Amino acid sequence: MFQLANPRRFYDLAQRLEPWVWAIAAILLSYGLYLGLIVSPPDYQQGETVRIMFVHVPAAWIAMMAYSGMAVASISSLIWRHVVADLFAKASAPVGAGFTFLALVTGSLWGRPMWGTYWVWDARLTSVLILFFLYLGYMALWSAIEDQTKAARAAAVLCLVGAINLPIIKFSVDWWNTLHQPASVARLGGPSIHPAILTPLLVMGIAYMVLYLAMVLQRTRIEILEHRLALALAADASRADRDTSTLSHRSAHSPEGAL
Amino acid sequence: MSEYLAMGGYAAFIWSAYGISVVVLSGLTIFGFRRLDRLQSALREFDSERGRS
Amino acid sequence: MRRRTQRLWFVVGGLSVLSVAAALVLSAMSDNLVFFYSPTDLIKKAPPVGRMLRIGGLVEAGSVRRSDDGSVAFVVTDTNKTLAVSYHGLLPDLFREGQGVVAQGRLQPDGTFAAAEVLARHDENYMPPEVAKALKDQGMWHPEDGKKPGQQTAPAAMLDRPSGGGQ
Repeated sequence: MFQLANPRRFYDLAQRLEPWVWAIAAILLSYGLYLGLIVSPPDYQQGETVRIMFVHVPAAWIAMMAYSGMAVASISSLIWRHVVADLFAKASAPVGAGFTFLALVTGSLWGRPMWGTYWVWDARLTSVLILFFLYLGYMALWSAIEDQTKAARAAAVLCLVGAINLPIIKFSVDWWNTLHQPASVARLGGPSIHPAILTPLLVMGIAYMVLYLAMVLQRTRIEILEHRLALALAADASRADRDTSTLSHRSAHSPEGAL
Repeated sequence: MSEYLAMGGYAAFIWSAYGISVVVLSGLTIFGFRRLDRLQSALREFDSERGRS
Repeated sequence: MRRRTQRLWFVVGGLSVLSVAAALVLSAMSDNLVFFYSPTDLIKKAPPVGRMLRIGGLVEAGSVRRSDDGSVAFVVTDTNKTLAVSYHGLLPDLFREGQGVVAQGRLQPDGTFAAAEVLARHDENYMPPEVAKALKDQGMWHPEDGKKPGQQTAPAAMLDRPSGGGQ
């Protein structure tokens, strides 16, 4: 565990794992799409539109999973000051934002034919929209603060404050009347979905989780390299400062030495 | 085949939902790899320059 | 105390305070977070006639009356109380007897509800049409009652409601 706190170790491990994770994601996604688009039957009420569920529900799961991962990383960043935890959280944000965007858009495309509207301001839809804005705010905060150590701390605090939204999203459909229906899979008494429709949903769910893992490993590597480059440039700049100062000293004595 | 593509009259909604999912997820993946490549070559360039001086 | 332990307690404390604050705010705002009122809620809250609000429930089986001019009348039930709704316009594809519905509109002086917008609300059950038909044929399930299949198939539930109806 503490070996992973070293950016170089994490980078090497991620680099070795990644090809496998991408490959598994590709296989699961193809199988899931085959099940969802070809094998699975239509729903008795919703007809073919139930197929939107296979891309909508997994996207919503990952939207919350990515934020939970960021929240755990933010806690360890605040307490133990791990650079990798900061970089992991920073790397998760665009991935989580992407999945949240997909959950919102595919849900809207499902809502129009079934509910009769693209959008309503009920508790579930509104809290997921807030999640999307939290991701955007988190990314904006990182890029707004120049000092990366300070940015990491501020972003971790913002992430933890926003984590309050996660249980609200999950239980909004139970606590308040919403247009969105209650949970079908993760609920007391087991799923209320027939196996013929549940199987493609679960395969797509696992496929999205593996894809999320691949994307987060990739983006954490990006952030590690970005971090390394920034450190190298900073070291270079300070050395260049030294060089120019000695150079100007010399040029005072012999003008042709300036170039 | 055309009956399958029509998706019971909901083709516009179903195919756009799948289409946008493919676009966003593959977009994130491809841009990620491109940024990774650029960073790796920038670091390599930097290291070799520093090695010379 | 070590700095690390200190920071741990700071994070735990901050999160607890935040959760309590969020819980208080949400419970205070609960009335505004509710998307629609059920017919029973309406009787309890008794909102003034003519105010824009949303009501929701199940479309009572056999209650839908369509007129030639495109207006529709139906009864919304929460299996406890009912409310008569009138509407003029297009209905969503999922609008069906026995299915969930949410209507935005105004209460009328005569106690009925004039809807300006009708949205369908689906439940958390998904199954292929053949399975739904088989369940109905076996008399195991009566979607028009708004009961979930699981409740009907449980033997105890069958004994409780020998007629299969809940009203």
